[in-house]
Amino acid sequence: MTTTPRAVRRASPRARRTTAPQPDPAAPLLPSRDPVRMLDESGKRIPSEYAEPPGETLRELYRRMVIGRRFDVQATALTKQGRLAVYPSSRGQEACQVAGVMAVRPDDWVFPTYRESMALVSRGIDPVEVLTLLRGDWHCGYDPAALHTAPQCTPLATQTIHAAGVAYGEAYQGRDTVALAFIGDGATSEGDFHEGVNFAAVFRAPVVFFVQNNRYAISVPLSRQTAAPSLAYKGVGYGIACEQVDGNDPVAVLAVLNRAVEHARSGNGPFLVEAHTYRLEPHTNADDASRYRTMDEVEAWLGRDPIARLEAYLRGAGVLDDAAVEAVRAEAEAYAADLRERMNAEPTVDPMSLFDHVYATPTPQLLEQREQVRAELAAESEVES
Amino acid sequence: MSAVTTTSVSMAKALNAALRDAMAADERVVVFGEDVGQLGGVFRITDGLLATYGEQRCFDTPLAEAGIVGFAVGMAMSGLRPVVEMQFDAFAYPAFEQITSHVAKLRNRTRGALGVPIVIRVPYAGGIGGVEHHCDSSEAYYAHTPGLKVVTPGCVEDAYSLLREAIDDPDPVVFLEPKKLYFTSAEASLPVTTPGFGRAVVRRPGRDATLIAYGPSVPVALEAAEAARDEGWDLEVIDLRTLVPFDDETVTASVRRTGRCVVVQEAQGFAGMGAEIAARVQERCFHSLHAPVLRVAGLDIPYPPPKLEHLHLPGVDRVLDAVARLQWDDQPDPRWVAA
Ligand SMILES: Cc1ncc(C[n+]2csc(CCOP(=O)(O)OP(=O)(O)O)c2C)c(N)n1
Ligand SMILES: [Mg+2]
Repeated sequence: MTTTPRAVRRASPRARRTTAPQPDPAAPLLPSRDPVRMLDESGKRIPSEYAEPPGETLRELYRRMVIGRRFDVQATALTKQGRLAVYPSSRGQEACQVAGVMAVRPDDWVFPTYRESMALVSRGIDPVEVLTLLRGDWHCGYDPAALHTAPQCTPLATQTIHAAGVAYGEAYQGRDTVALAFIGDGATSEGDFHEGVNFAAVFRAPVVFFVQNNRYAISVPLSRQTAAPSLAYKGVGYGIACEQVDGNDPVAVLAVLNRAVEHARSGNGPFLVEAHTYRLEPHTNADDASRYRTMDEVEAWLGRDPIARLEAYLRGAGVLDDAAVEAVRAEAEAYAADLRERMNAEPTVDPMSLFDHVYATPTPQLLEQREQVRAELAAESEVES
Repeated sequence: MSAVTTTSVSMAKALNAALRDAMAADERVVVFGEDVGQLGGVFRITDGLLATYGEQRCFDTPLAEAGIVGFAVGMAMSGLRPVVEMQFDAFAYPAFEQITSHVAKLRNRTRGALGVPIVIRVPYAGGIGGVEHHCDSSEAYYAHTPGLKVVTPGCVEDAYSLLREAIDDPDPVVFLEPKKLYFTSAEASLPVTTPGFGRAVVRRPGRDATLIAYGPSVPVALEAAEAARDEGWDLEVIDLRTLVPFDDETVTASVRRTGRCVVVQEAQGFAGMGAEIAARVQERCFHSLHAPVLRVAGLDIPYPPPKLEHLHLPGVDRVLDAVARLQWDDQPDPRWVAA
C-alpha cells in the first residue's frame, strides 16, 4: 500500500506512469475459471471461444469412442476369464482417450500410461499388440519407434520428461513434431512431473501435457494431491499456458487439445490441459473400489456419459442418424469379436527371447545363462516325452 | 501364564498386527504412504489402522515417494517414528536419493547427533505374475548402502517380530516384504518374539551341505532340502532374516560343519547378495570347504513378463542341480575345467 499523499501522486509524472495498469504477465497463462464446455449434459451446444471441429471429425471422434469403449469392455471381460494378468480400464474417459490421439498427427509422439490402452487402439495400433503387456508375454507389444508411441509407462510421471526430451530433439532436428504426454491427477504430485513441465518450459519444447483428472489415484482423492484451485494451474508457475476442460465433453476436449497442439507446434512452447473426468471401473480388476467411493457417486457420473452426449449432439446436428449409429455399433461388435478370438489363442513366447535384448549384443555371461536355460528346457521335454 | 493358543495367520495379517501393536505401544509411531489409509494398502497391510488410530496417525500422502521418505526424515528429526510404505519395489526408486543421501547418512554426518529411526516397508520380489516394475528384487541396492539395516522375513512369526524390532530400532530399516509370501499362513500365536537383528536361524538341520536363503527363497530352499532327501543328501537350511547386520557366526559355523554351501536368492545374481555371502563364506571357511560355494539366483535380465517368470525364478530343480555339482566325488566342476 502506498502512503504517498494524493496530491503528490497526481503531480508526479513518474507516479502517474506507474498507476497505468501493467499487464499481468501470468494472465495469458491462466486457465479458464471453469472447465471449458461446448456441449451441456444433454448434448446441446454451448457457445464457446474455442473452434468447433468439423462435423466429419466429430463423427470420427464418435466412431472411435464407441469402438474404444467396446474394446475396453472386452478387455475387462478377458481379464475376468484369466486372459490378461491385469487391466486398468478407462471406461468413462473415452472423450479424453480418443480426442487425445485425434488431436495429434501420426508422426507426432504420444506418451501413454498404463491407463491409455484405449487411446492406443484409437491411434490405430493393433489391440493384440496393445494388450501384450497386460497379457504378460512381453513388456511392450508394439513398435514404439515406428509408431512414434512410447511404451505404456507405469513408473508414474516419468514419461513427462521423456516427452520434453523428444519434443526438444525433434525441434533440434528441424521437425515440427509435437509430443503429447498423458498423465493422471495423482501422478502430478511426483517430482518428475514438475521437472518435465519445467524442462519443456525452459527449452520451449513443443509438448502438450494432458492431465486426465479422474478424481482418484487408486483410492486417494484429488484433495490429497493438491491445494491448487485446479490442476490446470500447475503450469502457470513454470511459465506455460494452461487450460481446463470438461473431460466428458468430447467436442470441448478435442477443441481445447487442437488449440494446445497448434500452440506447441507453432513455436509458443508447451501447453498444459487438465480434463475433469471420472473412471467408472475400479483402478484395475484387482482393486476394490467400494472401499473408497460410493455407488451413488459412480451412478452420478454414469449420467454424464461422453458418448451419449456426443451422439445426442451429432444427431441433432444431422451428422448422425439411426443407420450411422447402427453401423458404428456393428463395427465395434466385429472389432470386439475379432479381438476375443485372437486373444483366446494361447500366444507362443520364445523363452530364449529373455536373453536377446538386454544389450545390443548379449554379454558372455548372458550367453552362458541362455545355454543353461536351453539345457534345462531340453532335459524337461526329454522327461516329458 | 495362560496356555498358548495358536491360530492360522497369514504373513499379511502378522505384519498388520505388528503395526497395530507398535502404534498402541508408542504414540510416536505414525504410518503413511500411498493408499495406506482408507484402502488399507494395496496388499491390506495397513488395513484398519486409520479406523483404529485416526487420520493423525495413519494417512495417505500426495503421490510422491521422494516426498514420503523426505517427509519421514523431517518427522523423525522432530522426534516421531515414521513407518512408511512404498507401494511396490520399483516404485521406491524415486525415493532413492532421500534413502541413500539422507536416511542412510544422517547419523554418520552428524557424529551421532541425529539418528533417523524410520522404517521403509517395501513389498518386493516376484512370483506373483506381476507386470513390469512390480517384481524387482532390490535388496542389493539397500544392503550396499552403509547406514541402512536391511531386513526380510521368510516366515509369519518373523514378519511380526522383525517388524516390531524395526520400528523400535534407533537406525533406519528397509523392511523388505516378500509379496509371494503375503498370503501364506502358519500356525502362530501373536505377539511373538523371535531372535533379534543380526541373528540367522537354522530352519532345518542337516549334515551334508548348507543352503543359505532369505525372504522369498526360504520356502524354495526348504522344499529343495526335502526333495534332496530322496537323492540321499541331508541339507541344512539357514534363513538369514536380516541381510544387514549379517550373521557371519551362524553361517560360518554351519558351513564349517557341512563343508559345502549353496546360496539361493531370487534376485539377479550378478553383484548381488549371494556374491557377498559366497565371498564371506570362502574367507572364513576355506579349509573346511570341499567344493566352491555356489549361487542359485535369478537370471541377469530385467524381471521377465508373467508368462516367462517361471524361467527366471530359482526353483527346486536349480537348487538340486547346484547341490549335485558340489563335487561329491572330489572331482572339479566339469563346467569350469579348461578343454
Ligand atoms: C512411481 C510410482 N509410484 C506408485 C505407483 C503405483 N500406482 C500405479 S497407478 C497409481 C495411481 C495413479 O493415479 P493417477 O495418476 O491419478 O492415474 P489413474 O490411475 O487414475 O489413471 C499408483 C499409486 C507407480 N506406478 N509408480
Ligand atoms: Mg487418477
